[in-house]
Amino acid sequence: MEIFKNNTTFDFMKKRKPFLGLSLVFVLCSFLLISFKGLNFGIDFNGGTLIQLQYKNNIKLEDIRTKLNNIPKYNNSTITTFGNDNEILIKVSNTTTNIDKDIGDELQTILKSTGSFEIRRVDMVGPKVGNELREKGLIALVLSLFIILIYVSFRFEWKFAVTSIFALIHDVIIAIGFLALFEIDINLDILAAILTILGYSLNDTIIVFDRIREGVKTSKSNQLDEVINESISKTLSRTTLTSLTTFFVVLTLFLFGGEIIHGFSFTLLVGVVVGTYSSIFIASSFLSILKFSISDYRTNEAQKEKDRKDKERIRKLYENGRM
Amino acid sequence: MQFINFRISILFLSLFLGLYLTLPSISNSFEGKQINLGLDLQGGLYMRLGVKTEEAVINKIESIGSSIKYFCESNDILIDDLNIKDDTISFLILDNDELNSIDEMLSEMTNININKLDLNNYVITLTAQDIILTKNLAVTQAIDTIRNRLDQFGLSEPSVTKQGISDIVVELPGIKNQEEEQQARELISKTGKLELMAIDENNQDNVYSLSEQKIKELGSKKLISSSNSGQFYLVKSIPILTGKQVSNASVAFNEANQPIISFSLDSLGSKIFGDFTANNIGNRLAVVLDGKVYSAPSINERIGGGHGQISGDFTIQEAGNVVIALKSGSLPASIIMLEKRSVGPSLGADSIKTSMLALISGFVLVFLFMIIYYRNAGLISNFALITNIFIIIGVMTLFGATLTLPGMAGIVLTVGMAVDANVIINERIRELLKSGKSITISIKEGYNNAMTAILDANITTLLVAVILYAYGTGPIKGFAITISIGIFTSMLTALVGTYGIYQSLLPKITTEKNIKKWFGV
Repeated sequence: MEIFKNNTTFDFMKKRKPFLGLSLVFVLCSFLLISFKGLNFGIDFNGGTLIQLQYKNNIKLEDIRTKLNNIPKYNNSTITTFGNDNEILIKVSNTTTNIDKDIGDELQTILKSTGSFEIRRVDMVGPKVGNELREKGLIALVLSLFIILIYVSFRFEWKFAVTSIFALIHDVIIAIGFLALFEIDINLDILAAILTILGYSLNDTIIVFDRIREGVKTSKSNQLDEVINESISKTLSRTTLTSLTTFFVVLTLFLFGGEIIHGFSFTLLVGVVVGTYSSIFIASSFLSILKFSISDYRTNEAQKEKDRKDKERIRKLYENGRM
Repeated sequence: MQFINFRISILFLSLFLGLYLTLPSISNSFEGKQINLGLDLQGGLYMRLGVKTEEAVINKIESIGSSIKYFCESNDILIDDLNIKDDTISFLILDNDELNSIDEMLSEMTNININKLDLNNYVITLTAQDIILTKNLAVTQAIDTIRNRLDQFGLSEPSVTKQGISDIVVELPGIKNQEEEQQARELISKTGKLELMAIDENNQDNVYSLSEQKIKELGSKKLISSSNSGQFYLVKSIPILTGKQVSNASVAFNEANQPIISFSLDSLGSKIFGDFTANNIGNRLAVVLDGKVYSAPSINERIGGGHGQISGDFTIQEAGNVVIALKSGSLPASIIMLEKRSVGPSLGADSIKTSMLALISGFVLVFLFMIIYYRNAGLISNFALITNIFIIIGVMTLFGATLTLPGMAGIVLTVGMAVDANVIINERIRELLKSGKSITISIKEGYNNAMTAILDANITTLLVAVILYAYGTGPIKGFAITISIGIFTSMLTALVGTYGIYQSLLPKITTEKNIKKWFGV
């Protein structure tokens, strides 16, 4: 079976404007969403308490809401079902430093009359830890981008590196835009998902870049756009295939993986789609815009090759004892 | 060419090793080490606690105050205005002839700064170095104490570790329900600070009218009763004895069959207690636990033998907790909750179920897809994929890494991404076959051409995973671990393993010359 014929070359570069335009729209929309709708930072970054209850009987959310609304401390809590109707998630912005009696214990007493339930999860993050996690998360994100920049510069060329970073930022912004749109709670797992998107999308982009690097050396053409078109076309099957298999598993994770990792798998789902799209349509366009020069690269490589040969020649002379 | 070659032996070896290490975790009928499950999968309690180290400093100053007082009393030195305010002690020595012996006694304490406001007016503080030392010691002691208490509580494998400068991480797997969890928390948080204190008999009658400031100036403290009576006691702020002198404690019952705590003092404690009671007949003695007065009996005679008891409205469980706390030593400072994550065992079991479902269904989808798309080459990739999963779990079991819920998600994700290396190789082989190369050359060149792409792509992903591990916490670390191992194994199984299979099957492939069957095109 074959999705794309291996020997067809698609002219991606000629059609890059509509795709760049589409991306621009997506990025702008994401920005608008993030700035006006805002992000829902969860307890990991904002501090707060999360309690998951499982009722043995049917429960109306209203009953819980009325109970909690009567208590000033808890009247700003959000109460939602979680996965199924008997599973309740209560989010409270309060935290307590008490060890022996925490918010979980308090809610257990308060909600006693609403029915018989089991407390299945209590997550509490105090303000100190919340700040620390936020700081660490930001460092992780920036450090990742920085290390990618260095590695790609080292293995390819700085223009490739800058391009891949642009593409990654593009992916991350759109992914975060979706998080804002669907009001996903941003917690540590979402951050992990975003970093995974970075890795995944970069993976795709590098496969294309590897082909471009190869194409620059071997292609008959001197035109960057032609080399790029050839390279994307040749890797198109691979990109699509791997994206499909990854999409499959992330989809199963989203559908069957359980409520707790729903946000995580949702972020990955968006990331796989956006990451694949950007590696095919966006990343290389940036390379073309940055005016990566094939002839310079070739001269450079030729010079490197010449230096290497010179060194070898001199070493040989030396080993033969002529110097 | 022989069927067995170097590469294929590595593949099979790693498959069997992976299987051998994985099977005990899957089925109980295989004996061996099982994989560590994170608290989010097996259920349990994670807490990050902060130690209020400033309190330890104040405690230390207080105990220095006690020893000065004890020294003066036992040497008949007249001392006045002995006051402790925050972290300073001040006092007056009334008889200037005694200054020498006080100076001598103080000079033996190397950890204090001595200032004299006047010839006989002393102000004492701890040295900066000793403050740091005391704070560090407080954290270490708190860790030991908590560990001790949890051991006596009888939970399986509690873990108590230091994090950062003054934080403690407590992990308790195997907590069965909310009640058990609360009991464990109560036990940890109980300061367990026992103090025997003298009631300030001169001012006790005015306890409700005196201002906080005035009480401080008197060198006293206002403490609430443990009962719900709301009664307050005025006690001398420097305790006669503390829990440090307790050598043993146990739950006993009084005449009314109420649980009480009986304790014995060590020899130094017994002596101090005996001396004090002898000198204070007719006065009252307050038994103070964690800042609350449990009882304040009058002293009728000298009490020797060093036995005492704490009575209050204890349940047997509470009394038991106090006993554990007294025996394990008091916490050097109170501790506070900074972060808590608790998962009930039923939720953990549900998470295992759902993530296994995702793993299996994802796996089946990818498996079928690869066969449909690549035929035999897909089958070979799938073989590598299976090997991958077993090696990931095997390696984690071997090194005692913890499998968390995000870790499971990482394995599911790896199933999707691990075929990537083989996809890259297969695409290269197809490309070469189309350009008219022979099967032998196509396979060899295909692997060669794919090499740099596979390495570069995987190394960058690995770098991101390493950062995630370094900056992530608990469950997220588990995710970073599984994807990192997954990246390694997918490279290993693709670049070494499947290449080995092709080498072994090469004679068969070249004689059959059925490219459609072998490579799907």
